[in-house]
Amino acid sequence: MLSEYLVAWLCLAYFVALAPFAPGFASLDNLRTILAYLLPILVVSVGLTLVLILGGIDLSVTSMIALASVVGGKIMSGEEGWLAGHALAVPVGIVAMLGTGVLLGAVNGLAVTVGRIPAFIATLTTMMFVSGLAIWVTLSRKIGGLPDGFLVLGQRLWVAVGIAGGAAWVAHAGLSRTLYGKWLYAIGHNVRAARVSGVPVGWVTFGTYVVSGGFAGLAAILFTAVLETGNPEMARDNLLDVVGAVVIGGTSLYGGKGTIVGTVFGVLFLALVDNSLNLLGLSFYSIMMVKGGVILAAALVDTTRNRWRGGAR
Amino acid sequence: MTPALRFRGITKSFFGVKVLQEVSFVVPGGQTVGIVGENGAGKSTLMNILGGNLQPDDGEMEFDGQRYAPASPGDARRAGIAFVHQELNLFGNLAIAENLFLGGFPWRARWLPWIHRRRIHERARQWLAEVNLPHAPDTLVERLSAGERQLVEIAKALAGDARLIILDEPTTSLTAVEAERLFAILGRLRQRGISLIYISHSLGDVLRLCDQVVVLRDGAVVAQAPARELTVERIVAWMVGREISQLFPPRTGQPTDRVLLDVAGVTQPGVVKRVSFQLRAGEILGLSGLMGAGRSELARILFGLDPCAAGDVRLGGESLRGQPPRERIRRGLALVTEDRRWDGLCAEATIGDNLTLVALPNLTRSPLAWVDRAAAGQAVQRIREAVRLTPAARDEQPVKTLSGGNQQKVVLAKWLLNEPQVFILDEPTRGIDVGARYEIYRLIQELAARGAGVLMISSEIEELIGLCDRILVMRRGEIRDCIEPAAFDRERILRAALHEEVGV
Repeated sequence: MLSEYLVAWLCLAYFVALAPFAPGFASLDNLRTILAYLLPILVVSVGLTLVLILGGIDLSVTSMIALASVVGGKIMSGEEGWLAGHALAVPVGIVAMLGTGVLLGAVNGLAVTVGRIPAFIATLTTMMFVSGLAIWVTLSRKIGGLPDGFLVLGQRLWVAVGIAGGAAWVAHAGLSRTLYGKWLYAIGHNVRAARVSGVPVGWVTFGTYVVSGGFAGLAAILFTAVLETGNPEMARDNLLDVVGAVVIGGTSLYGGKGTIVGTVFGVLFLALVDNSLNLLGLSFYSIMMVKGGVILAAALVDTTRNRWRGGAR
Repeated sequence: MTPALRFRGITKSFFGVKVLQEVSFVVPGGQTVGIVGENGAGKSTLMNILGGNLQPDDGEMEFDGQRYAPASPGDARRAGIAFVHQELNLFGNLAIAENLFLGGFPWRARWLPWIHRRRIHERARQWLAEVNLPHAPDTLVERLSAGERQLVEIAKALAGDARLIILDEPTTSLTAVEAERLFAILGRLRQRGISLIYISHSLGDVLRLCDQVVVLRDGAVVAQAPARELTVERIVAWMVGREISQLFPPRTGQPTDRVLLDVAGVTQPGVVKRVSFQLRAGEILGLSGLMGAGRSELARILFGLDPCAAGDVRLGGESLRGQPPRERIRRGLALVTEDRRWDGLCAEATIGDNLTLVALPNLTRSPLAWVDRAAAGQAVQRIREAVRLTPAARDEQPVKTLSGGNQQKVVLAKWLLNEPQVFILDEPTRGIDVGARYEIYRLIQELAARGAGVLMISSEIEELIGLCDRILVMRRGEIRDCIEPAAFDRERILRAALHEEVGV
């Protein structure tokens, strides 16, 4: 909705404005906290950005994080994992978590392309089923005792930064420099024209949902490592954060518009708001209200700017 | 008779650019005045001022002897001025009657906001009879054909007590038969003393229907004359500001004997039946017929977008059976669709991205490999020059900011980049003004001269006669006639297209 650099400036302005009031907001420790919280959200938001550019929606991403987290816990946990203490526990766990996302993404992709189900309904159904499954499998318990080899991903911040940054860069390069990216924007702009022009609409759509699932799996790895548990309710309250961040970052819900850079700043902005209000002692629910207001304001600014631009044409 | 509508010195600028300069003319009461001009000549702006959507910077209007200065579309409606738009303003999900009375439903009683259904239906029936539309008032508008919707629009204007009706490109989406029916209704409106303003690119229709013709160029009135003193050539010269000796560029190439596209017995139940023809290299083959005769449907089948139950299509000797559009494009087929905005262009995307969309796979090894931006940029430059796209437009500009003619050049250019052997062009000059049309014709001839085969679908018979080497005529999904140049004749084509529909 907003131009990506406008959001970057907003982040800076917000940070400078709030730093004197929120206790410890600008401290190095707090910045590390913000970053650790932000990275998994960033990864899943990047995947969702692709789906939104396509003109679709993926409501199931946060539920995939929960299920992937549980899958990882069930495999790696030293207390109850299938591969507890085994040397391959960590690599197998990581692959399985990614695989969970990819597989569920493929289910979404098939439902949307072959099944021709509207993306909203297809991914809503996936979300309900997967959330339920994650809780049912664990009987609503968290899984602790994850191996140190895995928790390193959360403790060494630079590792997580490298993974998330690398993922964002791959998506950015794919969008801006490859044929896939050109096809994605074309489908988002006008799927009929894309089809007539020989764009393999079905494959691109399917692939994008798979990629979105894969990014959710990757986000689950980072999230699980930071929180040190396999949690069936992981990211439960983050769906609107993710959608909101992508939209604040300039991606259109109608498809065809959006960039990864914008999403990065959108995620950063919401993370700053969230963290600062926390430090100011606001409750979870009042923070949610403020975040809703921020997203609304972004939408208003965007439509106003479009009106000016429309008049200038 | 008192003049019904008078424009006096209407001037309007947008951001310092004058789009209307002291436009003055009169629409006499009860007469039909045609307004013609190229796209961008100021017709739409003038009509927006008349309709109260825009305010003039200078000048005034007089309607029925009184000063008329509408501040909103509501003012125009109350003054008795109604618009029948190019893009119809009807609600497909509502019944005809509801559309007619959207401006104000009659209530059961003044104090009871309860819609009086029976009264609506009675009155709707009355207005529908007025425009010869034999449908029940509770028919949903989406079930009507484009021509029938146009008539509903006119009925709506009548229901609102209009004394002046503006028709903006009313025949663009109508078949020949529907257009005739519309013209008959317009004649009846004139008998009732209603003034009409008729805006169209179809100059033949303008000459036939109008009493007076006003020609706009660059925002100024360059001529106003009685229609019976004018010819199409004369009007075109005024519109473009120079003499165009011919409407069609001289032919440079000749069709050869080499068959490029061989269509044999293509059948899809309910759509097309046993369609067979051959398209040769260097040939421009016309495809005429009424709307709904199956022409666009045939194009989509040939291109692999729609299923085909029986028959075969061969391109350069190889069968295309079961191949998806992508494979057909790779083998050298191109399709310029009927409606640019619907499935021809990504209107919001940039000119550059639209131009490279089809040919990009040729510049990359795989979908995930880097696009060679330098090569793509060069290709864009080359093809822009080849189709003479306006140099004023930057590659990064959204394609929707271009004029209709330039948009169509972008569509042609994106296919040209792929160097196809066979072009299927579906109404390639729809909604394009005279000057740009000439350029599109020239591009089509250049394609043929270079050895491509062109299948050209058009509803304008003059265009087909002026451009084609042979003309096929379709009716009800079948090819009913194949006409050689010696026998090109408007009437013969119409007869083959209509046949049993004559007299409807």
